[in-house]
Amino acid sequence: MKTVLKAENISKQYRLGQVGTGTLSHDLKRFWYKARGKEDPYLQVGAENDRTSVDSSGYVWALKDINFEIAQGDMVGIIGKNGAGKSTLLKLLSRVTAPTTGQIKIKGRIAALLEVGTGFHPELTGRENIYLNGAILGMNRAEIKAKLDEIVDFSGCQKYIDTPVKRYSSGMIVRLGFAVAAHLEPEILIVDEVLAVGDAEFQEKCIGKMKDISGEGRTVLFVSHNMASMKALCKKGFLMEKGRMTNQGNMTEIIETYLAKTTKSSANGEIPADASSMNTGLAKYKSIQLVDAKNTSIERVNYMADLRFNMEINCKSALKDVIIDLRINTRDGVELVHTMNKYGNTNKQPLARGLNLVGCVIHNQLQPGNYSVTIGVHETNGVTLDFVENILDFSVMNIGEGENSGFTYDFKLGHVHFNSKWKIEN
Amino acid sequence: MSEEKWDLVIKPKSSWIDLRFKELWKYRDLLLLFVKRDFVAVYKQTVLGPLWFFIQPILTTAMFALIFGYFGQISTDGMPKLLFYLTGLTLWNYFSDCLTKTSETFIKNQNIFGKVFFPRLIVPLSITVSSLLKFGIQFILFALVWCYYYFFTTDSGINPTQEILVVPLLIIMMAGLSLGFGIIFSSITTKYKDMNFLLAFGVQLLMYASSVVIPISLMGKYAWIFKLNPMVNIIEAFKYAFLGVGEFSWFWLGYSFAFMCILLFFGIIIFNRVEKSFMDTV
Repeated sequence: MKTVLKAENISKQYRLGQVGTGTLSHDLKRFWYKARGKEDPYLQVGAENDRTSVDSSGYVWALKDINFEIAQGDMVGIIGKNGAGKSTLLKLLSRVTAPTTGQIKIKGRIAALLEVGTGFHPELTGRENIYLNGAILGMNRAEIKAKLDEIVDFSGCQKYIDTPVKRYSSGMIVRLGFAVAAHLEPEILIVDEVLAVGDAEFQEKCIGKMKDISGEGRTVLFVSHNMASMKALCKKGFLMEKGRMTNQGNMTEIIETYLAKTTKSSANGEIPADASSMNTGLAKYKSIQLVDAKNTSIERVNYMADLRFNMEINCKSALKDVIIDLRINTRDGVELVHTMNKYGNTNKQPLARGLNLVGCVIHNQLQPGNYSVTIGVHETNGVTLDFVENILDFSVMNIGEGENSGFTYDFKLGHVHFNSKWKIEN
Repeated sequence: MSEEKWDLVIKPKSSWIDLRFKELWKYRDLLLLFVKRDFVAVYKQTVLGPLWFFIQPILTTAMFALIFGYFGQISTDGMPKLLFYLTGLTLWNYFSDCLTKTSETFIKNQNIFGKVFFPRLIVPLSITVSSLLKFGIQFILFALVWCYYYFFTTDSGINPTQEILVVPLLIIMMAGLSLGFGIIFSSITTKYKDMNFLLAFGVQLLMYASSVVIPISLMGKYAWIFKLNPMVNIIEAFKYAFLGVGEFSWFWLGYSFAFMCILLFFGIIIFNRVEKSFMDTV
């Protein structure tokens, strides 16, 4: 298969903090070093892209030594935590900003969809905006004219095509924007989470269109947090972590590696210090365990058996009132349960200085399958003190306890069991 | 494998003189669409619409005639005051409009620039062209006033010369100078925002040093210092062409032209360098 995109050693460095203070002195120093034929003094410093620790140098590598190749017709998904460098990589590929080192080689026309409807002007009509947006994305007038009817059809905005877009609903603007982009016909298409917008019907249409595009032998590069659509669309996957590309390969395996890596609690429930994706230092989760009725740690629960979570939170100082929440996701990242210690009631739930034990019992209505737990502590005004994503994995088995038996079917639709009453009259 | 042919290579920094005019030409349709957008959008939100293009120069001219002509008694080279000030202002307005708007290229368009790539130079170029349309409308106003004085008053002293044929070149030079200054300022403001403040009153001050109000004939032996300002020679030539007063010198026009070429050359180089990384500093 022909290689159409090749990245060689690309890195991107950013300056941290307020740009504009001290830049002139840094620029002068850079100039002075360059004038003497020396290397840029600021290129050597700079920590790796890790948000939990702040480096004193004030520079950070958002991307470091990225290498990859993409063959024609491939549909590649990029996954990684927030801040792993996914968006930066897309920005480099779409030429919005230039890499600090390395180079990217491309064959054929490349188009990036980092946003739909870029450059829409509210005073112009739908038709005028199709021309404008199309031209911004790199089409010429003749191309747009030839595809105008198709674009209008796809967007479903025929009635309003000669109305200024300021009268459009936000959904219609998104439809129109995606319709233009979908008819771009580049050899390489880069898509960033645009599927997160629009209603379900339109999202389906978008996914269908993207499948068509790759079916026509074109190459698609796709970034999303939605593991389900990633799995459905992409065969190949890249995993990014702290500005580096750590894994490349089969999408299903990559997703598993990603989830395995993000779940980091050890056997006795200890949470590593760097697991938090948000932390102020005031409160910190020490451990989390799923236990049975006898308080022994387990990884699997029976069908319909209560979920008991024991957590330990360490506090630097006493906190008057906190919100503690717990979420249960599927392995594809779909949130099923979000439960909190309080729902707007006035009872204060304080945490003492030092170690606090928190218990949570959830009446389990999950269908058999694999799930993962995300936990957080917040102040009542919404400030997050500690937030740990996908820290614990567990599965619900299809066997049950006692007489109410197990889940006896080997097919399963949906994730949650609801009690229902049926009546049949003959 | 090493000798593969690639259509595009994205590298950290291009060589200094890589002007990429070919790419610019590919996006010419976008330029026209931007011009149309700017022009349509401006008067869609107003009550008086394109009439605003007339009101602004009329009021400014009247004010100048009152303050500098009537109270200040500053010479207008024997021309009717209104016509004299309007002549200079029409051309100057084009320059200052164009300069102010192009200098905001990066700041105003960071939303689009942050999402899609296209040659950034398209934006200032489209501003230069759409300002030219506005200049065209204001030129009609000037032409009407000029006709009134030329045909309906007997002692106005207006004496158009054959240098009127050079006027299109003068306009092109004005466009080039404002584009050159504009893209340099827009490049600098991405990092050092102080330049915005400097530009705002700088343009105003420059007008008084550009023989819009004070004709060069009043400068005496120091006139050559003022002529180092490339705008002076163009505005004087413009006045000479239509009114027959002022100075027309091929030498100084040549100087202004050379100034414009050098300015544009360096402007485009700086602009092209900034466009690659401005998203990180803006």
